[in-house]
Amino acid sequence: MSAGPLLELRNVWVEYGEKVVLERVDLAIEAGAFVSVVGPSGAGKSTFLRLLLGQEAPSRGRIVFDGAPMRAECGPDRGVVFQRYSVFPHLTVIGNVLFGLECAAAPVLGRLFGARRRVALAEADAMLDAVGLTHARDQYPAQLSGGMQQRLALAQALVRHPRLLLLDEPFGALDPGIRVDMHDLVTRLWREHGLTVVMVTHDIGEAFKLGTRVLAFDKRRHDPHAPHRFGATATYDVPLLRKNGARPDAKTAA
Amino acid sequence: MTRLINLRPGRRGRIVAGAVPILILCLVYAVAAALRHADNPADKVLPTLGAMGTALWNMGATVDPVSGQVTLLADTLASLSRLGAGLALATVTALVLGLLLGVMPLARAILGPVITVVAVIPPIAVLPILFIALGLGETAKIALIAIGIAPYMTRDLAAHVAALPAEQFIKAETLGANSWVVAIRVALPQMMPRLIETLRLSMGPAWVFLIAAEAIASDVGLGYRIFLVRRYLAMDIILPYVAWISLLAIAADALLQALSRRAFPWAKGDAR
Repeated sequence: MSAGPLLELRNVWVEYGEKVVLERVDLAIEAGAFVSVVGPSGAGKSTFLRLLLGQEAPSRGRIVFDGAPMRAECGPDRGVVFQRYSVFPHLTVIGNVLFGLECAAAPVLGRLFGARRRVALAEADAMLDAVGLTHARDQYPAQLSGGMQQRLALAQALVRHPRLLLLDEPFGALDPGIRVDMHDLVTRLWREHGLTVVMVTHDIGEAFKLGTRVLAFDKRRHDPHAPHRFGATATYDVPLLRKNGARPDAKTAA
Repeated sequence: MTRLINLRPGRRGRIVAGAVPILILCLVYAVAAALRHADNPADKVLPTLGAMGTALWNMGATVDPVSGQVTLLADTLASLSRLGAGLALATVTALVLGLLLGVMPLARAILGPVITVVAVIPPIAVLPILFIALGLGETAKIALIAIGIAPYMTRDLAAHVAALPAEQFIKAETLGANSWVVAIRVALPQMMPRLIETLRLSMGPAWVFLIAAEAIASDVGLGYRIFLVRRYLAMDIILPYVAWISLLAIAADALLQALSRRAFPWAKGDAR
């Protein structure tokens, strides 16, 4: 692996026709970082996340991921947890976690059988244990609370060991008490798995609590007559050095 | 005072409330039939319940000397096998096309307009074409049912798949699923409850097409029998046949509903 940053954005723009959403985004994200992204609504936070996910391509500029230009298509090297709809309603809890392993090992049938299934099940069970969902193993997502569904979504995303974990307001719909539990869980998983995380959030407290670095997206310039003509970019980039001691040794972990 | 919209009958209340109009209809019929028969004992338009019972016994419990079969049974088997074959054909077609259209924007671009065009053709209007092309046998009748309901079912299923949250597809892709695995493991299972639902809604039209096809060219079947005995004004046979068809339709609907509830426990959360 190259010694450079895991992810690099060079002069990235996202434009929809006349409308500029992001402009001149220049960023480098090191492996092992926990980057929180904050900003007002419409400042392109979600667009930024979709770029990293590969769901969208930049209209200008380059994104380099792990030393190679990033393809505008989602792949297993990037995991994601959305605010909602992250888990499959028709699969049980264990089935949801197993799904990623089945996709990796069985591209034709999409299912595993026999000994390979047992191995995958053991791995999935370990992942469920790590997020504390063993007791709900055979339930369907509709039977779970919002917090448990997000735990499941994390387990599901992490079972493929993604290089980059993207969180799109993952705790936005949860009760405050549950949210604190989830913060502890995400911090623990980040450390144990040596993850690189980019989290979009509305909650500034959450951003500073969890992140090793906080990016604030906003528009640098504003034209009152044509508000769509200027895009947002990372206006503040705050490294939180006090957490560096707690950082996992990501370069060796990865 | 409680508003009318907030009055909710209990379980027993619902059964009683639902039975009342049906009983009233039966009563009105019985009285009207009795009045007509008082005027003219040979009246054929509103046969008495007794006359219908006798006709039903003749059709359903005695062997017809000409055909050597129990007429009602033979008609029912013939009609249900046609209906079953037509529904099966439509279901498989709708499942494959609906999945393809729902999952692949490219397939939607290619096939969507064709299916829309086919869907707006009144199926009965193509019945002569089917008879000419496929002959007067079973194939044309089955084809009419399939052509009649498959486009609607396809569009309904495709719309259902396309309306699944985009997040699920993205998530599956980030877990390494290829197009095929997304289709069979993410979209297909979530289509199944909707498939049963759309099949239930298509049962009505399917019966219409079946009876239409049987009325025009057939020698056995429920629709054929009704249109045959119409020549003799045999309301005492037509009415029990209509009731029997309704009963079959209700039974099929209940069966599908039970199947849906049994087979897709995960969908219950949505049905709240």
